[in-house]
Amino acid sequence: MELNHVESSFEHLQTAHCENGVTTALLRHQGLDFMTEPLAFGMGSGLFYIQIPFLTVNNGPAISFRTMPGAIFKRTCSALGVKINHKRFSSEAGAQEFLDLKLSQDVPVGCQVGVFHLTYFPKEYRFHFNAHNLIVYGKQQDHYLISDPVMETVTQLTAEELTKVRFAKGTFAPKGHIYYPESISEVSAHTVRKAIVKGIKRNIRDMLYIPGSVAGVDGIRYTANHIRKWRSKLGPRKAGLYLGQIVRMQEEIGTGGGGFRFLYGAFLEQAGGILEDDRVAQLSDEFTKSGDLWRNSAIKMAGVYKGRLTEQSDFDEIADIMLEIRAVEKDAFKRLSKLNLSAK
Amino acid sequence: MKKEDLPQDPSALGAHTRELCYVKNDSGKYETALSQGWEVKKLALDSAWDEVEERIAAAQQAVKDGVSSPIRYFMELRLMDVSVLSGYTGIFPFFIKRHLKPSVFKKMSDKKLQKYADAFEITLDTLKNFKG
Repeated sequence: MELNHVESSFEHLQTAHCENGVTTALLRHQGLDFMTEPLAFGMGSGLFYIQIPFLTVNNGPAISFRTMPGAIFKRTCSALGVKINHKRFSSEAGAQEFLDLKLSQDVPVGCQVGVFHLTYFPKEYRFHFNAHNLIVYGKQQDHYLISDPVMETVTQLTAEELTKVRFAKGTFAPKGHIYYPESISEVSAHTVRKAIVKGIKRNIRDMLYIPGSVAGVDGIRYTANHIRKWRSKLGPRKAGLYLGQIVRMQEEIGTGGGGFRFLYGAFLEQAGGILEDDRVAQLSDEFTKSGDLWRNSAIKMAGVYKGRLTEQSDFDEIADIMLEIRAVEKDAFKRLSKLNLSAK
Repeated sequence: MKKEDLPQDPSALGAHTRELCYVKNDSGKYETALSQGWEVKKLALDSAWDEVEERIAAAQQAVKDGVSSPIRYFMELRLMDVSVLSGYTGIFPFFIKRHLKPSVFKKMSDKKLQKYADAFEITLDTLKNFKG
């Protein structure tokens, strides 16, 4: 009976991105009904760009359009004054024991997992990627009830399957990482406004003022400069694979499209409403524009890995679109910065 | 992206799920919509898999030619690199690189080989007897 209760009280929420989804669904479950995916993403300053130099992932460039794994949950909860608890484990048995304990207390929890062994994912998506997140919200006999935010419906994993993905190995190995909001006090409207402003300001800092040239808006130029050289340096085939990797990081399930830019546009639109500041909502359009440009560049890149576009001028054109994107995003964050937002 | 421009191309997501995207509706506001996939990224994923297949085929040939040990083949087959394999076996990368050599592989103990077999989710016999 208790299990049924667990099953019925937790509400599955499908989102574009897994960590936003876990954050939003867990906070909503704790009674923060105003939480939406764009708010979690914005309060957590989720938008980013980085190309990590000299590092390859799956034999392609190491590029990310979002902030570090785990940061969105941590920052959003902390900005809302929500205490969180998280644990990693050295033993698989210990990890399952703790999970069972939380579930027996009716506490749905977030788990970091690897997707390589994630049985309900399409096989084509199962690479060794360890920064995926899902919610475990109950247990029936030997089956754990899973709410994976990128999936349309809830699903299940056996104890063995769940342990396997919680102890995936390689980069970002989850080590059974489990996390959940521990105590939530009343969240005032003022706190929400403060969390939004803080999120925006941190995002301005990350995109405009991060030192070095490989991250933030300058990181986009860094990649653009690389792309110009790829045709002669790597040859058309490998260059195509590299571009394909960018498109996957940018558009694959989990991004909401346009390298998270549409998601940030949606955040500013909601933020403008909550802050009662039309200027913020208007800047949402700049990120829509940026997202559309990212998608245009993806179409061009697809021309290369399809083998349709082979000239150096095609690579230059892709790089030029990226420079335009950099200009749009730089201008947008500068204008956000000039608003001198404060939470009234 | 406008809602009506959201692609609905067939993709590997297929029967598993549709993905949630953020799009602009008719009145210029953001809303969410579900997409079955987009050809542009389906092709990116396909080309990544073509690359994987090629690496597996090359590894198989290398085993057949006596240049690499079966560990290289199964490592590629499981989409691993040395560092991921090191995570699953607990064996340091320096040693894994040695174990990729057929001459070293031949002298390895069953105990050590079993660690690899477990990581690849195959039997010890399959690992030992793979000839390419």
